[in-house]
Amino acid sequence: MSDVLNVLTDKTPKKFDGPEAPCSVGYVSPRNVRLADEANPLPLECGKAIWPIDVEYEIYGGLNEKKDNAILVLHALSGDAHAAGWYHDAEELGRPWLAKRPGWWDSMIGPGKAFDTKKYCVICSNILGSCYGTTGPSSINPETGRPYGLRFPVVTVGDWVRLQERLISCLGIERLVSVVGGSLGGQQALEWALAYPDRVASAIMIASTAWLTDQGLAFNAVSRKAITADPGFKDGDYYNTIGPDQGLSVARMLAHITYLSEISMHRKFGRRFCNGDRPGFQLEADFEVEGYLRHQAESFVERFDANSYLYITKAADYYDASAWGGGDLDKACEKISSKILLVSFSSDWLYLPGHMKKLALTLGRNRKQVSYANIQSLYGHDAFLLEVDKLTLLVRNFLEGGGQIDSK
Amino acid sequence: MTVNKQYRFDHKVIYDLIPTGNSVLDLGCGNGELLSKLIRQKGVKGLGIEKEFDLVAETIARGVPVIHSDLDEGLAGLPDRFFDYVILEKTLQAVKRPLFVLGEMMRVGTAGIVSFPNFGHRQVVLSLLSTGKMPVTPNLPYQWHDTPNIHLFTAKDFLDWAGANNVRIEKGFSWTGSEIVPFKEEESALAEEILFVVSREG
Repeated sequence: MSDVLNVLTDKTPKKFDGPEAPCSVGYVSPRNVRLADEANPLPLECGKAIWPIDVEYEIYGGLNEKKDNAILVLHALSGDAHAAGWYHDAEELGRPWLAKRPGWWDSMIGPGKAFDTKKYCVICSNILGSCYGTTGPSSINPETGRPYGLRFPVVTVGDWVRLQERLISCLGIERLVSVVGGSLGGQQALEWALAYPDRVASAIMIASTAWLTDQGLAFNAVSRKAITADPGFKDGDYYNTIGPDQGLSVARMLAHITYLSEISMHRKFGRRFCNGDRPGFQLEADFEVEGYLRHQAESFVERFDANSYLYITKAADYYDASAWGGGDLDKACEKISSKILLVSFSSDWLYLPGHMKKLALTLGRNRKQVSYANIQSLYGHDAFLLEVDKLTLLVRNFLEGGGQIDSK
Repeated sequence: MTVNKQYRFDHKVIYDLIPTGNSVLDLGCGNGELLSKLIRQKGVKGLGIEKEFDLVAETIARGVPVIHSDLDEGLAGLPDRFFDYVILEKTLQAVKRPLFVLGEMMRVGTAGIVSFPNFGHRQVVLSLLSTGKMPVTPNLPYQWHDTPNIHLFTAKDFLDWAGANNVRIEKGFSWTGSEIVPFKEEESALAEEILFVVSREG
């Protein structure tokens, strides 16, 4: 029934498929490839060019002989190339937080899962400007021999996609079965369909929109201000010092609120106190929700670079799919030739279902092959990582559905 | 709740009515079966609108484009006369704002195809007279309190609407329980279900 909502228990248990589970891709390792050098730098939308660029990526499932079974998965703001499976050596990789959990979309990628690795070769790469193996502001600037910091150029979703195209070409893949992502990853999927219409048979955009709302821009502005106002920020030149940990914490706390919904927070925290059932009459964190946000922030600071946060949120801000039509989304949509699936979540107030539906209608009135579904969910924006059953149904039907029609 | 749709004759009639290669919007497309046939076998450019998530997922599985939306919210975003045909197959009686939905159908389509259970069918009327209760028939199988058919109407009701709104009845068909016959107003009490093809006057 479509009206049934997934109800959050008071602490949502995390259940993972272990590396030995038949539906897990098992143990995986990141790979790294240089995709831009002095002879072949990557020209950026901002007018500059950058080299060298190393890109971290992972591959699950095998590429077939014709190399026509690949699906590219695109990650969101704080994501990485580790979309599925487990690391043997998380500590050695310098990512101890990944020792006890699989990749961020492990529930969707694996043998028999939505993105079935028995059938498809699933690829995920880390975006330019991030801090997980792909060149970013914490990488060494060849001109100075020191980390780029704020000397790193402003990068865009378009730049990311052009870099991903280099990766796909480097792997010998002419045409992708699908490009898929949630949130900022969904915008990359849309950008792929706009920039390389002949090279993607389909695109799946989840909990995403053609551009961020002014409300979204405002949240990102506050996040960045929290970082840059931290005395530890030192104009981005904080490597080998403590850095703007407080600022990054606040940024993450704020962002986290936008990923949840009022009802999901209520179900999770219910105004409970951290200790006992009465107020402690203290200014320190006293409610469970405060403790939760603090915990989220602390673990985030351990694993993310503040400069990357500045650059990636800025890329999210600048993204506007209508730029392909000179500001006219209808004109932009004319460029698309891939089949498109759009999925939103009813309680997502960061990337609004209504905006996704408008994008669907825009594609529809340009006679594009578009389907749109709005999943009833209480989870807010985070639903794209949590509503696995309904997403699996849609993704599987979409990927297989085309085949049915083509074959008749 | 899913509307009980027994496609005893509508699918076949609609399939035959729509010319090859036309563009079609199916309002309340269900599981996409009709659109799928039209797309595959008649090269139709099709789009469905459906409000039930499970049916949207089934339509997607058929490879048919579909937008998850409630017809009562209208079709804003779709241009005037964008489709050759707009289909309302046994859906109108289940919407909250039937006249608004009909208006939207006439706006985005060059022609409309509307099928519905005829509340003026004599078995329905006799059932009401003889039992004193809301009719329950094979075609209207629900109790008064659990029916998705919240706006039941008769052939004459529909014709009144058409007359008042400059809508021309291009064609009409009746399902009499055993065969498909051309619609005749004077024999409308014999029609269990009715299908009209409509367009704007002038």
